[in-house]
Amino acid sequence: MTTTRRALLSSIAVGAALLISACSPPSNESSTSNSSAAAGGGAGSSDPKTATSAKDLGGMDALVAAAKKEGQLNVIALPPDWANYGEIIKAFGAKYGIKVNSAQPDGTSQDEVNAVKSLKGTDRAPDVLDIGMAVALANTALFAPYQSEKWADITDAQKESTGLWVQDYGGYMSVGYDSAKVPAPTSVADLLKPAYKGRVALNGDPTQANAALHGVLMASVASGGSLDDISKGVDFFKQLKAAGNFNPVQASSATVKNGTTPVVFDWDYLQLGHVKDVPSWKVLLPANAVIGGYYAQAINKDAPHPAAARLWQEFLYSDEGQTLWLKGGARPVRMEAMTKAGTIDKAASAMLPAVSGTPQFPTQAQLAKAKGMLATDWAKAIG
Amino acid sequence: MLPFFAYVGIFLIIPTLVVVIAAFLDGANRPTLANVSELAEPYIAKTFWNSIWVSAVSAVIGAVLGALLAYVVATGDPDGLVRTTVSSASGVLAQFGGVTLAFAFIASVGPAGLLTTWILGAEAAPTWLLSLKGLVLVYTYFQIPLMVLVFLPALDGIRPQWREATETLGGTAWDYWRHVAVPILTAPFLGALLLLFANAFSAYATAAALITQGAPIAPLQIRTAFSSEVLLGRENIGKALALGMVIVVAIVMTLNSMLQKRSSRWLR
Repeated sequence: MTTTRRALLSSIAVGAALLISACSPPSNESSTSNSSAAAGGGAGSSDPKTATSAKDLGGMDALVAAAKKEGQLNVIALPPDWANYGEIIKAFGAKYGIKVNSAQPDGTSQDEVNAVKSLKGTDRAPDVLDIGMAVALANTALFAPYQSEKWADITDAQKESTGLWVQDYGGYMSVGYDSAKVPAPTSVADLLKPAYKGRVALNGDPTQANAALHGVLMASVASGGSLDDISKGVDFFKQLKAAGNFNPVQASSATVKNGTTPVVFDWDYLQLGHVKDVPSWKVLLPANAVIGGYYAQAINKDAPHPAAARLWQEFLYSDEGQTLWLKGGARPVRMEAMTKAGTIDKAASAMLPAVSGTPQFPTQAQLAKAKGMLATDWAKAIG
Repeated sequence: MLPFFAYVGIFLIIPTLVVVIAAFLDGANRPTLANVSELAEPYIAKTFWNSIWVSAVSAVIGAVLGALLAYVVATGDPDGLVRTTVSSASGVLAQFGGVTLAFAFIASVGPAGLLTTWILGAEAAPTWLLSLKGLVLVYTYFQIPLMVLVFLPALDGIRPQWREATETLGGTAWDYWRHVAVPILTAPFLGALLLLFANAFSAYATAAALITQGAPIAPLQIRTAFSSEVLLGRENIGKALALGMVIVVAIVMTLNSMLQKRSSRWLR
């Protein structure tokens, strides 16, 4: 290799190394952007990008007009059969004439955040996010604060104080089963019986997906453990695997429909979606092991369609949006307020599975402990 | 040469440098050895071992069966139907991987696949395809054609005069194979075997489509590190895992190039 070529290659390598270290994300962008956004809240700017409530833009009508002018909304990771999102997206599009672009319906919450980061500055970046609490708390630097009109109906524990994230709907972890294919289990321990050979599945891997993590937590509490100790849940699945009952297929509407996974650990609102495909699908909420989890809404700080994003939040927290979630079997965050005000859809709320025992909501600390244990022990248990 | 260097720089050198540098940085971009020391954890060591095991077994099976198929093709009519069909089919099937291949296997021998329900009935739903053994089977599907593609030139390089010379000097078929053909073919065979190993080791899309529980191999651990919504902030551990994979493949490819240098002596 000649000297000039060697020099050229080494300068390319050095330049690349400098480029990479320069392009590495800065460490502490959360504190500065948070404080400036909070200080600007309610200051009455008429730019939809920094509006923190509909009042800022001059009322709901102005917000609707601004959103209609944008004409589009980018959503991500919203499967149509997840808590009735299919109908919600259709209803929003029909009501305001805004085209909703739904990307990556099978993505996880982390995929949503990754898309926000990697598509920043383009007009395909997600405008709004529906994410698990852990991902929401870890990424508040990416969100814009917004308080919808029904802000006051939501308890303080279920929202971030300036509106960076607001819980939207939740459910309880349940065991769904096809009563035509397997005998009805009365408890989680029943699933170890030989009648369930090769039939019990999780909705994903608990080290990857929120739903599966809560499934293992629920198995733990139902097997005598507690929210602080997920080891009994991991042991339960280990026994399930040893008995040959554990099915490693990722449970989804397709696998439920074709009968590959007749028993599924999943959120109760997702189980109700399966009833449409399999009329004999029933849901069991184990007694005294009612584990609940809520998801959260957030608006992308650099949303390409900021007014449409804020209108989407207004729609979701309005009576209409909350009722659509209720129809999907989820428990909307304003359920208590709506029941008190009498605006709740009684038929839909009667369809929710019966709860026996007090619902428990794992704290972030308990979840962190559970995750630590899963990271090292899950693969070994079901490998 | 500049367009070539630009292409290689953007798609090979820069991503490799990103991975290598970021493997030693923590979340706040300060240097740390924590990510690399995480590689020594038993569950990650187990995934690397699983990856090596799956790659080695599928490489050996692919190499042996592919070599036999290539031998059949090489000793046949050079313009015949067998040779043209197998060569073009191998060219296509060697690249047939990823989600399409996984779907083909799930649809035929998966838990609810066509063959499964036909032979075992709809209630059986066996899940062996979704384990490491099933992964080995699916990998051999593209390993065998790749072996044919890579090994056929080596077989073509064996001149029929050598066989004639052996027989003229009174040797049997066994003598020919033991003293002439096998020593010449060993180096290209081992080189192709290593190539198959590296091919299976770095395969991601097929495994990702088949296995969704437990992340038993290294590329799937990297997927968990990057897209898990449960274990957050492990991107740099993912990059350290990628660095580990780069090192394994670099060792394999170095051995491969050493063997290639040796084998090319005979095929001039």
